[in-house]
Amino acid sequence: MITATSGGGLGDRSDGLPRPYRVASLRQENHRTRTVILDGPVDAEPGQFCMLWLPGLDEKPFSVAAASPAAFTIAAVGPFSRAVHALAPGDRIWLRGPFGRPFQLQGRDALLVGGGYGVAPLLLLASRALAAGHRVRVAIGARGEGDLLLADGFRQLGIDPILTTDDGSQGQRGRVTEALAPLMDADPPDALYACGPHGMLAALADLAGKHRVPAQLSWEAYMRCGIGICGSCEQDGLLLCADGPVLVDDPVLREERS
Amino acid sequence: MSKPDLAVSIAGLRLANPLVLASGIFGTHASLMVRAARAGAGAITAKSAGTQPRSGHPNPSCVDFGGGLLNAIGLANPGAAAEVALLIETRAQLAPLGVPLIASIFADRVENFGRVAAQIAEAAPDLLEVNISCPNVASDFGEPFAGSPATAAAVTAAVRKQVSVPIIIKLAPNVPDLGQIARAVVDAGADAICAINTMPGLLVDLESGQPVLANRTGGVSGAALAPIALYAVYQISAAVDVPIIGTGGVSSGADALRMIMAGATAVGVGSAVYREGPAVFERIATEMAGWLAERDLTLDQIRGRAHGRVLWPEAPSTPPVPHAAARATIPQEHG
Repeated sequence: MITATSGGGLGDRSDGLPRPYRVASLRQENHRTRTVILDGPVDAEPGQFCMLWLPGLDEKPFSVAAASPAAFTIAAVGPFSRAVHALAPGDRIWLRGPFGRPFQLQGRDALLVGGGYGVAPLLLLASRALAAGHRVRVAIGARGEGDLLLADGFRQLGIDPILTTDDGSQGQRGRVTEALAPLMDADPPDALYACGPHGMLAALADLAGKHRVPAQLSWEAYMRCGIGICGSCEQDGLLLCADGPVLVDDPVLREERS
Repeated sequence: MSKPDLAVSIAGLRLANPLVLASGIFGTHASLMVRAARAGAGAITAKSAGTQPRSGHPNPSCVDFGGGLLNAIGLANPGAAAEVALLIETRAQLAPLGVPLIASIFADRVENFGRVAAQIAEAAPDLLEVNISCPNVASDFGEPFAGSPATAAAVTAAVRKQVSVPIIIKLAPNVPDLGQIARAVVDAGADAICAINTMPGLLVDLESGQPVLANRTGGVSGAALAPIALYAVYQISAAVDVPIIGTGGVSSGADALRMIMAGATAVGVGSAVYREGPAVFERIATEMAGWLAERDLTLDQIRGRAHGRVLWPEAPSTPPVPHAAARATIPQEHG
């Protein structure tokens, strides 16, 4: 029942080689997350990712947080992300992509759900959805207050996000899926768009399925080559870097196939 | 004008069509190999496995430079023990589809080729590809065994001694005399040859002045490799009689037919799966069948055709015949 979004082949592969950008600015988002804003745009749709490269160090995939100019919201979790945090305005960074299949707006009423670092691609989706005239609601979940990400960014778009934390330090205590159950009962959206940990996405797929709401879920995986060769991001016969990262879970299709 | 039969045979094994998923893409998971089979591949090659797990090279490890791919994945694999489990699972799922499974192995030393071959043979693959030509592991393993007739034959003999499954030796393009190496591996017991592996290559980033791949060099695949692969298949088929899996830059029915005309029995498809997805198998097979049907030809009739010569009659001394008119009436013979 989980299928790739529409599109030819395994995605557009015209942007093959790394392209040099410069860092325009860095913005601290929470205690371990910064958004690196570059000096030029990237022709990306919400949910797509780019490979960021620092020659001699490493190259890693990051979802596109903003397209014009290109921006990436990155948590410092390893040598590469710490090196990105340490970049200064004017420093070089290279990217190739965008890669992967994006979110595709369905209907007129969108519910965006982000867990942990999975909030990163949703700000771009929210702004595109608003521009397309959608009603946009947002829910953000995190472990604790300090881990909540990009809430102010949504507020700047005029969206007051529902906040949940596992420890109750801000917003509702508990999982974001629990907080959404009453909303899904009272006023379900036309489609649910989510990015976050696998457990959260599986729970959201169930919740959306119960309400017969299509879910577009962006699955996080270890993507090595980023272009569908190495196989490291395989999930159920799909390559998340090329067939995903956004996969559609459509409850109507699910019933037809079961 | 009936639909031509595309079935071919390699070492007694029937493939419903000549298109083989090449090693290195989709070969890491049973689910992906089954997906390629369902999409129309005539046989499936798993990713090469060695005795021990390998994580491969750091990133960037594969980039698209427009004319093809440059990769240095670096033989990432789960090791022979886990590979056996993967192959058994895959074979069970491919069997109902009637699609054969080709295991692929590599090693660092001649005797270890025999060792890993014996281990992998426990999974009872239909064929065993022996990868002696990966260009991306010289820092770990030294120069590829495909580089000389003596080393290529030594590996072939070591594997032959250990297993009864038919073996395919995968050769490299960047050698001085491919025909001689092909003869050496066939004399040492190879049942078939896969030609070719990727061609060593380098991409340099202009802004940093650095190689794009973390491994610095890599292997070129895709369209840029096509004429090199055709040349290799042509040389090998002139030298030996075993079936050849012609691999390198095939992305259309025309490309595949050219491989067969150069002397290949089957045709590997790798980078085109990246570019188009597994649907590429069905498209290539349909294009091949259409071309053959239009001309009422079979694969057997065109195989090796590039080795023959078109025979033109002697030009008549008098009176001169206009060239175009002559062409219209002269029967062509193909080798």
